[in-house]
Amino acid sequence: MSLIDAIRQPGFWRRVRAMLTKEFIQLRRDRVSFAMIVMIPVMQLILFGFAINTTPRNLPTAVLLQETSDVGRTILSAIERTGYFKITHRLTSAEEFDRVLASGRVLFAIEIPAGFERALRRGDMPALLVAADATDPVASGTALGSLNRIVQLALINERMLPERTQPLFEIRQHARYNPAGVSSLNIVPGLVGTILTMTMLIFTALSVTREVERGTMESLLSMPISPLEIMVGKIIPYIIVGFTQAALIIGFGVLLFGVPILGSLFLLALLSTLFIATNLSIGYSFSTVAQNQLQAIQMTFMFFLPNILLSGFMFPFAGMPGWAQWIGEALPLTHYLRIVRSIMLKGSGFTELQYEVLALFVLMMVAMTIAVTRFRRTLD
Amino acid sequence: MALASDIAIDVKGLTKSFDGRVVVRDLSMQVKRGSIYGFLGPNGSGKTTTIRMLCGLLTPDSGEGTCLGYNIRTEADQIKNHVGYMTQKFSLYQDLSVRENLEFVARIYGLDAPPKAAREMIERLGLRGREEQLAAQLSGGWKQRLALGACTLPSPQLLLLDEPTAGVDPKARREFWNEIHALANDGLTVLVSTHYMDEAERCHEIAYIAYGELLTRGTVDQVIEQSKLITYNVSGDDLQKLLHALDGKPGVDMVAPFGTSLHVSGRDEKKLEAAIKPYRADKKFVWTRSEPSLEDVFIELMNRSKDNFQ
Repeated sequence: MSLIDAIRQPGFWRRVRAMLTKEFIQLRRDRVSFAMIVMIPVMQLILFGFAINTTPRNLPTAVLLQETSDVGRTILSAIERTGYFKITHRLTSAEEFDRVLASGRVLFAIEIPAGFERALRRGDMPALLVAADATDPVASGTALGSLNRIVQLALINERMLPERTQPLFEIRQHARYNPAGVSSLNIVPGLVGTILTMTMLIFTALSVTREVERGTMESLLSMPISPLEIMVGKIIPYIIVGFTQAALIIGFGVLLFGVPILGSLFLLALLSTLFIATNLSIGYSFSTVAQNQLQAIQMTFMFFLPNILLSGFMFPFAGMPGWAQWIGEALPLTHYLRIVRSIMLKGSGFTELQYEVLALFVLMMVAMTIAVTRFRRTLD
Repeated sequence: MALASDIAIDVKGLTKSFDGRVVVRDLSMQVKRGSIYGFLGPNGSGKTTTIRMLCGLLTPDSGEGTCLGYNIRTEADQIKNHVGYMTQKFSLYQDLSVRENLEFVARIYGLDAPPKAAREMIERLGLRGREEQLAAQLSGGWKQRLALGACTLPSPQLLLLDEPTAGVDPKARREFWNEIHALANDGLTVLVSTHYMDEAERCHEIAYIAYGELLTRGTVDQVIEQSKLITYNVSGDDLQKLLHALDGKPGVDMVAPFGTSLHVSGRDEKKLEAAIKPYRADKKFVWTRSEPSLEDVFIELMNRSKDNFQ
C-alpha cells in the first residue's frame, strides 16, 4: 500500500487526531518531560552562551620589539586600546617568543621586526607577525579580527602616514595549535540544532518502547489503527514542542547575545520544522527497533555523539577528513547547522539552501520508512 | 453442523511456538454466536497465545480459521474492527483519566460523538463521579470494569476476555459476570479465559487447555460426562492418612482433599473398587458415590496429559 493510499484511508486523520490528543494529554501530565522542554534550551543556552560567548577582553599578550621607534610604540598602544589585548610580557629574543606562547601564559605574541618603520615609509608593506594560541579559537578569533583595521587607523592618524589604497603593512597571523577557529556567533545557531537533536530524539525514541513496556501496545495493536497513523499521531505533538524550543533558543539568543537574524524568519521557521520532523522520525525509528526504553536511550546517544562531533558544531566541517565528512553528510544536524547559520548570520535564502533541504527531507523519509516497516503490527 | 453464520470462531489446527517451544499445539475450536465460551486451563497453558492468534496479534505457525467470518491470517484489520480484546494485564493508559481513555477508544473506532459515547459508557459502568480520575488511581475492580467498558464501547460482535477477573474480589467478580451475561443476551459472543472453576460453570460451553493442547470441550455436563470419572466422596477422621494410603494406588487416578472430605476418583470402575475395598470396611470413613466436580475432571485431565508429555 503506497503512502498516498494509506493517507486516503477513510478516517486516517481522525485516528491521527485521536492519537495526538492522547499524546498531548500524556505529555501534559508528565511534569518532568514538560519541564525538560523549557529547561533544557534555556539552561543550555545560558550556560553555553555566557560561558563561551562573552567577548574576551584583556587577553595576555607578549611583545617582541626588534626596533625602538615611534611607529612601534604607536602600534602597541593602539593594540592595547582595543581592550582585547593586554601586554603582559616584553620579550627580547625569538626563542623567548616561542617559549612564552607554548607555556600558555599568553594567548598572543606580537613581533615588530627590525626596520619596520623604514619599510613602512617606503611603502614596502612590511609584515607584522601576530601569533595566536588558537587552542581557544573563540577567544583568539575576535581579537585577531579587530587587529588589522585598528593598527592601520592608528598609524594614519598619529604618525601622519599617507592613506593609501593598498594597506600600509601586512599582518601575518599564525594561528598555532589549532588552525581552525569557531566564531562566537556560531554558538547560538549551533545550539538550536544540538538542543533540538537531543530533545527530539529522546522524546520519540521512548514513545513506542514506553507503550510496549507499559503493556498499552497490546490493546493499541488490537484496535483498528495503522502504524503510519500511530507514527504521525506521535510525531505531530512533538513538532509543536520542538518549534517552541527553537523559538525559545533563538529568542534568547537574540535578546541575550545579540545574535542577528539576517535572513527570513519565516524560512528559518519552516526549515527548522523540517529539521525537527527529521529528528523525530529518526527517534521514532529507534523506538521501533529498540526492545526497551533503556536500549532506546542508548541508541539515541550513539546517534547523538557523531551529530555533535561530526556536524561542524564542535569542529569545522571542512577540516575533517573525507570519510568523516561523508558520515557528517548523513547526519541531520550537519545540514541544519548550515541552514541555521546561513539564514541567521549570512542572510541566505532558499535557493542557496536547496541541497541541505533536500538532504534533510531524504533523511526524514528514510527514517520514516524504516519506522513504518519495522513497526511490529503483531506481538510475534 | 451449525451454519457458518452461526459460528463466531472457527479455527483448525492452530499451532504456535516461541523459540522452539510449542505453546499451542494443533488447537481446533468452534464458538457459537451469542454464547459465552469459557476457556480454561492452568497458567502457561497457551490460553493467552490462542486468544492473541484469534484477534490477529499473533500469526499462527500453522493452522487456519476464521473469526467472525474473517480469515485470521489475512483479514486481521477487519477482525480488529469487530472484536473487543481485553488483555490480561490492564492495558489502557494509566496516565489518562477514565473519560480520556474512553474518548480515545471512541475516536480510534470512529464513533460519531466520542464525548457522548464516553459519557454513556461511564454511566453504564457506574463510574460517574470518577470520570476525571486517572486510570492508575482506580482499584483493581474498577480498572476491570473500565477495561471491559473500553472494549465494548465500539459495539463489537465478539469479546475476547483474557482472565478478566484475576485478582478481583468476589463481589466485583459477580458483577462482572452479570455484565457479561447481559452482553451475551444482547447477542454478543464472549470468549473468556479463566482458571476459576465457579466461573466455568457460568459459561454456556467450556474448553480445557493444558500444555498447549485442547483436552476437552462441551457444556459443563458434557465435560463431566465425557471424563468417565467415577468419584467417591469420603468423610470422617484421619483423612490425611487415607490420602497417603490411596495416593498412587493402581486404579486411583486422583485423590484430593475438599474441605472436610476427600475426593477419590478413577476412570476404571473395577480397579477403583478393588483399590478402595480395604478401606470401605473401615467404620471411621463414610463413602458416598458422587458426581465428579469440574475441578476433579480438570485435575485428572491435566495429570494425564502431563504423563503424555513427560
